[in-house]
This record gives sequence, structure tokens and C-alpha cells, in this order.
Amino acid sequence: MAAIVEVIDLFKDYFLEGHIPVNVLKGLNLSFDEGDFVALMGPSGSGKSTLMNILGCLDRPTAGQYLLNGGDVARMSDDRLSEIRSTYLGFIFQAYNLLPQYTVVENIELPLVYQGVRLDQKTKDRCVALAEMVGLGTRLDHRPLQLSGGQQQRVAIARSLVNDPHVILADEPTGNLDSRTSVEIMQMLRELNKAGKTIIMVTHENDIAAWARRVVRLRDGLVESDVRNDDHQPDLTAAH
Amino acid sequence: MDIFDIPPAPSPVSGGGGLGVVKIGRAVGLAVRSLWLHKLRSLLSVLGIVIGTSSVIALMAFGEGSMKDALDDIKRQGATNIVVRSVKPPDDSAAAANTRSWVAAFGLDSRDIARFQAFGKAISMMVPMRVFPSEVRYLERVHNARMVATVPEYADVNKLPIARGRFLVSDDEVNRINNCVLGSATADKLFPFEDPIGRTVFCRGDKYLVVGVAADRMPTGGTGGSLAAEDYNNDLYIPLSTCNQYIGSKVSIRSAGSRSAEQVEISQVTMTVDAEVDTAAGRATVKAIGDQIKRLLERHHEKKDWAVTIPLDRLEDAERQQERFTSLLVLIASISLLVGGIGIMNIMLATVTERTREIGIRRALGAKQKDITAQFLVEATVQTTVGGLIGVVVGLVLVFVVPIAPAGLAWMADRALLAESAAWLRTIKLPATVNVPSIFLAVGVSVGVGVLFGWYPARRAAKLDPIEALRHTA
Repeated sequence: MAAIVEVIDLFKDYFLEGHIPVNVLKGLNLSFDEGDFVALMGPSGSGKSTLMNILGCLDRPTAGQYLLNGGDVARMSDDRLSEIRSTYLGFIFQAYNLLPQYTVVENIELPLVYQGVRLDQKTKDRCVALAEMVGLGTRLDHRPLQLSGGQQQRVAIARSLVNDPHVILADEPTGNLDSRTSVEIMQMLRELNKAGKTIIMVTHENDIAAWARRVVRLRDGLVESDVRNDDHQPDLTAAH
Repeated sequence: MDIFDIPPAPSPVSGGGGLGVVKIGRAVGLAVRSLWLHKLRSLLSVLGIVIGTSSVIALMAFGEGSMKDALDDIKRQGATNIVVRSVKPPDDSAAAANTRSWVAAFGLDSRDIARFQAFGKAISMMVPMRVFPSEVRYLERVHNARMVATVPEYADVNKLPIARGRFLVSDDEVNRINNCVLGSATADKLFPFEDPIGRTVFCRGDKYLVVGVAADRMPTGGTGGSLAAEDYNNDLYIPLSTCNQYIGSKVSIRSAGSRSAEQVEISQVTMTVDAEVDTAAGRATVKAIGDQIKRLLERHHEKKDWAVTIPLDRLEDAERQQERFTSLLVLIASISLLVGGIGIMNIMLATVTERTREIGIRRALGAKQKDITAQFLVEATVQTTVGGLIGVVVGLVLVFVVPIAPAGLAWMADRALLAESAAWLRTIKLPATVNVPSIFLAVGVSVGVGVLFGWYPARRAAKLDPIEALRHTA
């Protein structure tokens, strides 16, 4: 399988209080195949959030390359990065991050708004179909605050799919959910992965990471371990 | 769940974003929805704009209404007229005492009239007149009227409306007939019960037949210089030739126990210049002839016993005054709009802080900086525009309600048996004329204020770091 996301010699430095340098990523090399389902793990300060920000085109590395579907996006302009986010990336956040004033359908449609495409019946149909797919067909006109946490996260999943992204980036997608709802969400992500979606997920829970096909552990800005997990099936009964 | 049944994603468009023409309607719709979430706050934050625009419209309307009143007043006097009057020269009383003459002789005479006639067709009408106070009697009733001896054209030049009967005609003038026309107040005083037409009044030893009554007419304001306000209602008009025949040029005037005599052949000449008052060329003609008349009088009169008044000067004074007034209003309005704009900027900065997370979410989902700028700029502009429109409505309500308010209050005072207050309230006149350009100006400026004061908060929102913004906990 071809690598859809690849980082080569990735460095990221921050400056604390303007002058104390902190090296968060120290020459990271990673490659994720198309159709893979990767869990990124590691203690806080290991650089996994920084890596996610760079993978999500929200931040630029200090040095190194980031190839997304073969193209280097590490040095692109802010506008270009915005276009890549709206066109090639899907985001799922721990706190769902839906816009409270918008309905379910309008939230799902948001990435398309910023793609600059014409919003018409076709795009609307797609948003509605996605909402139905995640089981919210009866709540199309609800606002996020009228939904449970699990339902909100399902809206977020539908939203991350609306632009048919190369990669879905999930940042602790079950962090705010109870174990039963977590299992539902993870099942949904697994289904998506089976349908061919590439998913990169940050988590610090082993039983959530167990749903992924590959588990990458970071420590101090470098890869600590990289384990393939293809045959492992999580123990569903434990969650019930 | 089957992802393969989902309709395909639209093909990406490169270089999109920002505030395209197609998207502006949508952006406005979203802005309205965002503002609707905080109705009261949005309304309060545009209060400055509302007050600014409504005061512009109301003040403009009342200013223009009262100014229009003043301008109409001048036009009633005849804006193309030139008024030349006889004035008692300041040193004349001393001179008269020295020569032991009790009669002050001064002013315009028939030779001046002849000189004025040299202007020919440039002066379409010339009305000489003599004016002096006189006691008028009918039966036992006495009225202190202003006797005006003049020619029939007087009614045209002064735009004097006739209520009953007729004004003096040339036959009266030519044949020196003892006919007279009464001002409305004079008629009311002398004939409270009878019809004045056909009756005979008694004045300065002679009898005059009443042939007409002038309609009630608003007194004119003072014409500056020597010319006092004219109250036409108190007049008694007789033919000039009749006056010269029966009264002569020497007139004794009794006032407050003293007696004085003046010898004035003509107290005033009103000339109408053949010109259009609404064109610059017409105005220039009036002024040029006015200047020539002044020079002419300076050359032929030793003493300064004359005064030239050009109502057009007053008209232009009034117009200049209106311009000053308007620019003052614009100043006041711009101050209140500035305050309103600062209010908008303040609330927009608060909104940006409050919605930092929303900005982060939008940025993460692909919003460019210019998308965020456009969003907040449109929000600020929609707010001020709505404020401006509310201001227009409030202003128009004021314009239509305030002028009828004294009447309403008077009605209430009547009900409360406060007759005096009611009468006083009824005298209040508040003319208002809606100035249509001021409405467009007010709304336009409101829109401009939104763009101007929304710009900084919008840029600030756009420049937020998406990662920081996403991490923000509201």
C-alpha cells in the first residue's frame, strides 16, 4: 500500500517565554499507509499533540518534510493550508467542536462552505445521507446542545467525512464519552476504516488503541515503539 | 451504515473563500442568525448608531422646517424686491433745533422716482408709498392704524391677499378718490359687528369709503437696517394721490404725549426687479441693480436720509445660516456616530474573545483568514445597518409625532381645565420637513461605521492562532 502521510526528519521547536527553546519533535520519521487505522500514544509532552497539529496542517514544522498524498505541505502558505484542511482532511475532536448555533446538517456542511463550492441540493443530500449514516436521520434540524455527547461526536464524524478526506485525524475521540458510547464510536471508526478510510487517532487509553490496526508510541519527540495489531480484536464484552 | 451509498463530495475549488459576491447573501444570513442569538446585546450595542441616525433625521427635518418658514417669510416679502426707504438722518434733530424749524424734512422725493424710472424694463414694478401712524375712527370706535398711501400695484409687489371687496385701482389713484382698504386687524377693531364694505371711516379730518379688506397675513420679520417688522394686518390703505391732495407732504405724528412733524414726500419705494430668484443670474441682477440704486442715492442726497434693503440679502443670509446649521448637525451626528462606532468596536472585540473557540473550529475546518475577517466584518456591518434603519424609523416617527404633540398636550390640558396652558401650547408651532437625502446619508454612514469599526476586531479574529483558539475554553 502507498504511503498517504509521511513525515521525514520532522523537527518542531517552541520558545518558552520567547527565548527558552523546547525541542518537541526531534527528527521524527513516520509513514502511514492509505487505508490504515493508526493509534498515536505516548505520555504528555511526548509530542503527539504537536505531531497531530502538524499533520492537521494547523501548524508548520521547524524543519523536515510532511508529505500528504505525495505533496510537501510543510512550507505552504496559510491560505493554502486552509484549503488543504477543508479539502483533504477530516477532523474529530475530543470536545466534538460543533458550532452551537448551527443545526446538525449545517454543522456537517461547514467544511464545504470553506471549500468555496456551491452549496446546492446535491451537497445537502450528501450531508443528510451522512447524518443518516451515523444514525441521526431523525435529528437533522437539532442543535448540538439538544444532543447527547455520543450523538454530537457522531455529527463530528459525519462532518469529518463530508469532504471525502485523504485522512481523518481524531484527537482523543472518546475522551469525553462513557465506555459504552466509546465502543459505539470506535465501532463506527472501524467500519469507516474497513470502507477504506485512513484514520490517525491520538489516545492515551490502551483499550481504545486496541481498536486500531497499528499502534505508534512516542516518547520525547521520537518513536518509541511501532506495533502492528491487525489480528487483535478488542474484547467487546468488557465494555458492556 | 454504508459509506458507499453516500452521494459523492463536490469536487474541490481552488482559491475559493473570502467574501465573494455569491456568498454575501449567505454571509448576511449567518450574521443575522449570530446576532439573533443575542438580541438585546446587539440592540444595545447599536444604540449609539440608532440615536445618531434618528437625531440627524429629526434635527434636519425640524431645522429645515423652521428654515423653510423663514425663507417663505422672505419670499412673501418678495425676494426680487428692492426696498428704498426714507430715514430720518441722525444729526437732523440738532440741525432742526438750530434753524428753529420744528418740521424735519428729509427723504426720498419725486426726483428719485424719476431716477429709478431710468432703469426701464429691468424694474418691472415700482411702488412708492407713504407710511405714517394715524388714528382711524368709525362711530365711537378708534384704532391706531398704520396709514399706507400707495398705488394699486402695492398689492402685487407685497403679495397682499384680499379677503373681501377689492384693492385700490388706478381709477382711485388717477381721480384721487377717497377710497380705502382695511387690514384685517383694523377691520376687526372698527367693525366687530358690521360689514365694513361700503362704510365710511374717519381719518385725519377726511372721510374714506371702505372698498375692500385684506386677508389676515403673517407679519414679516424685520428687514434689517431701518426697516422694522411689518404687520400688514394693522394697515389702512389709501391712494397716494389722494393722500398728497388731502394730507400733503407734512405730517404730524402724536406719540406718547409728544408731537412731532415730518416732511417726507415718499417714505418708501418698493421696486420689483424682473429676475428669477432661483437662478444665480437672477440673483446677480437683483444685487447689481441694488448697488446701482445705492450709488445713485449717494450721489444725489447730501445726507444719509435713505436706506436700501434687499430682501434677497436676507434670503441668502438665511440660506447661509441653514448651511452652517446643517454642518453643525453633521458634526453632532458624526460625534454620536463615532461614539456608536466605538460601541460597535467594543462589542465586536468582546464577541471575538467570546467566540475564540468558534473561530478555531472554523479555521480547523478550512476557513481562511479572509473568511473569518469577512464573517465578523459582515456581522458588524449588518449590526450598524440595522441600527441605522431603526434610527431612520425612530427619526421619522419623531418628525411626525413631535409637531402634533403640542396639540395633543393642549387637548389634555383642556381636559384638566388648564385653559391658559392649553392656549399657550396651541401657539407652539413645530414645522418639520423630511430631508430625503439625509435618510440615505444616515444609512450610508451607518454602513460605513460598521465597516470602519468592525475592521480591527475582524482582523484580530482572523489573526488568532487556530491551535490556541481551539484550545480556548469559553
